Amino acid sequence: MTHSNPFVAMLFRDLRIAFRQRAEIMLPVIFFVVVVSLFPLAISPDPTVLKSIGPGVIWIAALLSILLSLQSLFRSDFNDGSMEQILLSPFPGSLLMLARIIAQWCVTGLPLIIISPLLGLLLHLDAHVIWVLFISLLLGVPYLNMVGAIGVALTIGLRQAGALLSLLVLPLYVPVLIFGSNAVISAANHLPYNGQLLWLAALLVIATTLSPFVISSALRVSCSYR
Amino acid sequence: MSVKDKVWLWFHRMASPAYFYNLAGQLLPWSIVATTTLMLIGLIGGLVFAPADYQQGDGFRIIYVHVPSAWMSMFVYMVMAVNSAIFLIWHIKLSDIVARSSAVIGASFTFLALITGSIWGKPMWGTWWVWDARLTSELLLLFLYLGYIGLRSAIDDRRVAGKAGSILALVGAINIPIIHYSVVWWNTLHQSASVSKFDNPSIELNMLIPLLSMALAFKLFYLCILLINSRSELLEQEKRSQWVKELVTSS
Repeated sequence: MTHSNPFVAMLFRDLRIAFRQRAEIMLPVIFFVVVVSLFPLAISPDPTVLKSIGPGVIWIAALLSILLSLQSLFRSDFNDGSMEQILLSPFPGSLLMLARIIAQWCVTGLPLIIISPLLGLLLHLDAHVIWVLFISLLLGVPYLNMVGAIGVALTIGLRQAGALLSLLVLPLYVPVLIFGSNAVISAANHLPYNGQLLWLAALLVIATTLSPFVISSALRVSCSYR
Repeated sequence: MSVKDKVWLWFHRMASPAYFYNLAGQLLPWSIVATTTLMLIGLIGGLVFAPADYQQGDGFRIIYVHVPSAWMSMFVYMVMAVNSAIFLIWHIKLSDIVARSSAVIGASFTFLALITGSIWGKPMWGTWWVWDARLTSELLLLFLYLGYIGLRSAIDDRRVAGKAGSILALVGAINIPIIHYSVVWWNTLHQSASVSKFDNPSIELNMLIPLLSMALAFKLFYLCILLINSRSELLEQEKRSQWVKELVTSS
């Protein structure tokens, strides 16, 4: 590793590890597409129905696939003991964890955001609505990664981590779900949607500044448990 | 001794398990008596003396359980978050015990508020449930409580459970206002606001006094449960210490 900056070094290390397991990267995206394509089958293929439920369906599917991908966030480092080394290193653990989350977002959140316009087309959303959907996911999905990481840091090493993780994290996802899907619905009804997008941006700023500290202290607690 | 020193002395004394155990034991009978008295005043005043509502008839009387428990659901989370912060900063075990005991009580109050609201809603609104802002944020609050309880019970080590739970409680405390206002905002956008029973501040005095009395009784009931719980928790946690051994051998 030639990078002198530990933040950059951590980011590139995590990205390199992720890209060597390509199948694992693809799974959340495939899950996202499959979940969205189940809704027309279950509810109705009628374009007017799909238009009205589309924003909510895409947002919930994005939320669930992020939740699914979170499980592996700290697992390998936690299992092989690298996590203790990272937390014991002289560099601030919160910054290193932020690098980890950004890397995680690059491999799970970003592909999902990139593919979302396609799903918007499948659900008959208009072009300008798809654009708002794209922006809202771009602002909202990193928040899901950050807040989700708090839940992962608290539950890692527990026996039934998966079910507990969703109970801890899903109520905290509610504001982003409301603002995200509402921005898209407002755009579809030709109403102003700037307010919702600004709210999403504000939540993202709060999460980026506060959650790294929470995550590193939660990981310290979880590591002390073993 | 300055005021600041006195406050710190009080703080340190409260942190001592033996001192708190005795203090809680002395306070408990008084708070039980006060709870029972206030609850009787509230129930009799509310169910017998308060006049029937001109629109809702006698159906409104569930307010005497519903509103105090809804108030308590928020209050208890606040107590939990403050005690979690104290535990994380000063490592006072007593605060952790208070936070843990509060979670179950708070979840029960939240559940009670939801159930009584649902029972009240059926005759008044015609449905068991509406996606009203208050109901929805109360439901989400219940989920937050359940998550806290779930996390604590999943961790065997008590000290670790305390720390993890405290972090979660603080994250929840930061998020509660955001969740609440996003839900209010969502609701005003989706549907017209339901007729609020409390928009009109001029509630008759005969109705108000029992309500306030019940609210106080619920707070004191919470205090009773908290004192009983923390006494037994303290005994278990400190079972190897000298003062517990003396307590057991002397009795």
